[in-house]
Amino acid sequence: MIRPDAPILLEIQGLHASVDEQPILNGVNLTIRAGEIHAVMGRNGSGKSTLSKVLAGHPAYTVTAGSVRYQDVNLLELEPEQRARIGLFLGFQYPVEIPGVSNLEFLRVATNARRQERGDDELDTFAFEDLVRERLNVVQMDPAFLERSVNQGFSGGEKKRNEILQMALLEPLVAILDETDSGLDIDALRIVASGVNQLAGPHTATLLITHYQRLLDLITPDFVHVMAAGRILRSGGKELALELERTGYDWVDAELARQPVEVP
Amino acid sequence: MAGSTAWLEGLAGAPVPSRRLEDWRFTDLTALAAIHPKLAMAPDPLAGVTLPAGVSRLSSEAVEALLGRALHANHSEQHWLVQLNQGIQPAVVGLGVSGAAQPLELICDAGEAEGLVPWRILLVLEEGASLELLQVQRSSGANATTVITEVLLGAGSELRLGSLGLGDRQACLLTHLAVEQAPGSTLALTSASAGWALSRFEPRVVQSHGAAHTQMRSLQWVDDQQCADTHSAIRFDGPGGTLDQLHKAVADGAARSVFNGAISVPRAAQQTEASQLSRSLLLSDRARIDTKPQLEIVADDVRCAHGATVSRLQQDELFYLQSRGIAAAQASRLLLRGFCDEVLRGLPAAAATWRPLERLLGADTQLSPDPEQPAAPLGKV
Repeated sequence: MIRPDAPILLEIQGLHASVDEQPILNGVNLTIRAGEIHAVMGRNGSGKSTLSKVLAGHPAYTVTAGSVRYQDVNLLELEPEQRARIGLFLGFQYPVEIPGVSNLEFLRVATNARRQERGDDELDTFAFEDLVRERLNVVQMDPAFLERSVNQGFSGGEKKRNEILQMALLEPLVAILDETDSGLDIDALRIVASGVNQLAGPHTATLLITHYQRLLDLITPDFVHVMAAGRILRSGGKELALELERTGYDWVDAELARQPVEVP
Repeated sequence: MAGSTAWLEGLAGAPVPSRRLEDWRFTDLTALAAIHPKLAMAPDPLAGVTLPAGVSRLSSEAVEALLGRALHANHSEQHWLVQLNQGIQPAVVGLGVSGAAQPLELICDAGEAEGLVPWRILLVLEEGASLELLQVQRSSGANATTVITEVLLGAGSELRLGSLGLGDRQACLLTHLAVEQAPGSTLALTSASAGWALSRFEPRVVQSHGAAHTQMRSLQWVDDQQCADTHSAIRFDGPGGTLDQLHKAVADGAARSVFNGAISVPRAAQQTEASQLSRSLLLSDRARIDTKPQLEIVADDVRCAHGATVSRLQQDELFYLQSRGIAAAQASRLLLRGFCDEVLRGLPAAAATWRPLERLLGADTQLSPDPEQPAAPLGKV
């Protein structure tokens, strides 16, 4: 949903970042307003996943230039947990298995951290169980997965459902979903996409990182961006994704040659 | 060493192990040498305890007939911890189990006594008997506890044995556990220790004719200058036995954790299935972890696996938790708790009252508010 007067939730300007002194992001500019769904596409190694990790505050990445404003705060000054508490959510491409930590307890601690930030009361074990059982429906997840260790022994599809369940509990303002469609069969993809659609609304925004049109058949983006060499090379509407599906990325190299990377 | 160990040598009739010996090379006995050189009275762990149905005291004839058998079967006699304890000749707590007995808890509390506090326990499970036993070793002063526990498991019997060692920063714990398993018997041993200046744990199991099941789970937590050393030895003297062993360690401060896990599969032990995993967490740059599997496999038709990892808390796990709004310190505690819980949840139910997890991780470990008074972290009181 595009509303030019909707408030800006996330504004990325000239973002450069590196890992082990190797530059990966080379001047990303992106503005996301409430209600919008953005898709970032691009070849492997174009910097898509790095962008999501930098936004979430992964310690392995160093921001070398640029700014990221989230509502009215400087996002880059915040610890990862503070970013999450104020409503930024990263759905992991590879959700991490944490042996020995119960999924239910993990979900409750995370939910309460977010609720505390919003000024809501913390939920006790019983109240949380009611909430989580209701939210399980969003991703049609078996309650048995609550009793297991976080993501341990989950299939690829179950892990991604667990990510969307976390999103449903944390009610983020900006959800970044990093290749949430990878490794999913068509049924799991439908369930996950339906979950994302249920959670998207006029006051929130979604940034989908994906390789494939098939996710965008199920979640219609308002904007599609093509990343290459660590920046956004071209932006357009949902038709840009369809064009990529037809033409592939061969045009990217010619375009990159015309637009050399700016050095900060 | 600060004190003298001559009196200990006198009791054991053998010199205190030198660090030149392979089995003792990482184990610093300074804390033992600092113990006041005298024998202290060991409180009777059965005082005030009503034995559950199915458990009875062994007659003195039975004790005489059976004492030392499990030690002998495990070739334990020449081990220094055994020599020391046998030199003292503590009163034997002998228990026999028949049928399905109710759970039992034995508490060996050295309290604030000064000196060396000895216990000797003999446990005999008859054919088909079953028992859940929690053995607690405690200390709250400058003393050394020596315990020999001998266990004879009859055919088809099942023992779930928890060993919980909650120490004091001046105290030493020297435990030798010798188990002889008849065919068809099951031993599920879960041990956890923390808070001792020095602890040495020597669990030894022999499946006298193979065809038995042995599960071992252990956790040792060391901090400050502490040293914890587990030397386990499992031998299969017949075919078709199984072993599932997990040893975990957490080392913080300038502490040292040692694990040596011997598994012996002689020619007679065909179709043995044994696995051993050692997982250690280093929480500080000054802590040390020494871990060594020691597999002697002669039989050719066996499946034996072993592995060892030493790591810090995983950054990707920490980041995942942080990305869900969980603060870094709380995320670390969650991960530590998960690491320890894999072992601790195997302890008998009675262990819950000792709150081992809270003692290990400190009072602020609780993720959820708890109405009860949190336990003080060990070694920091």
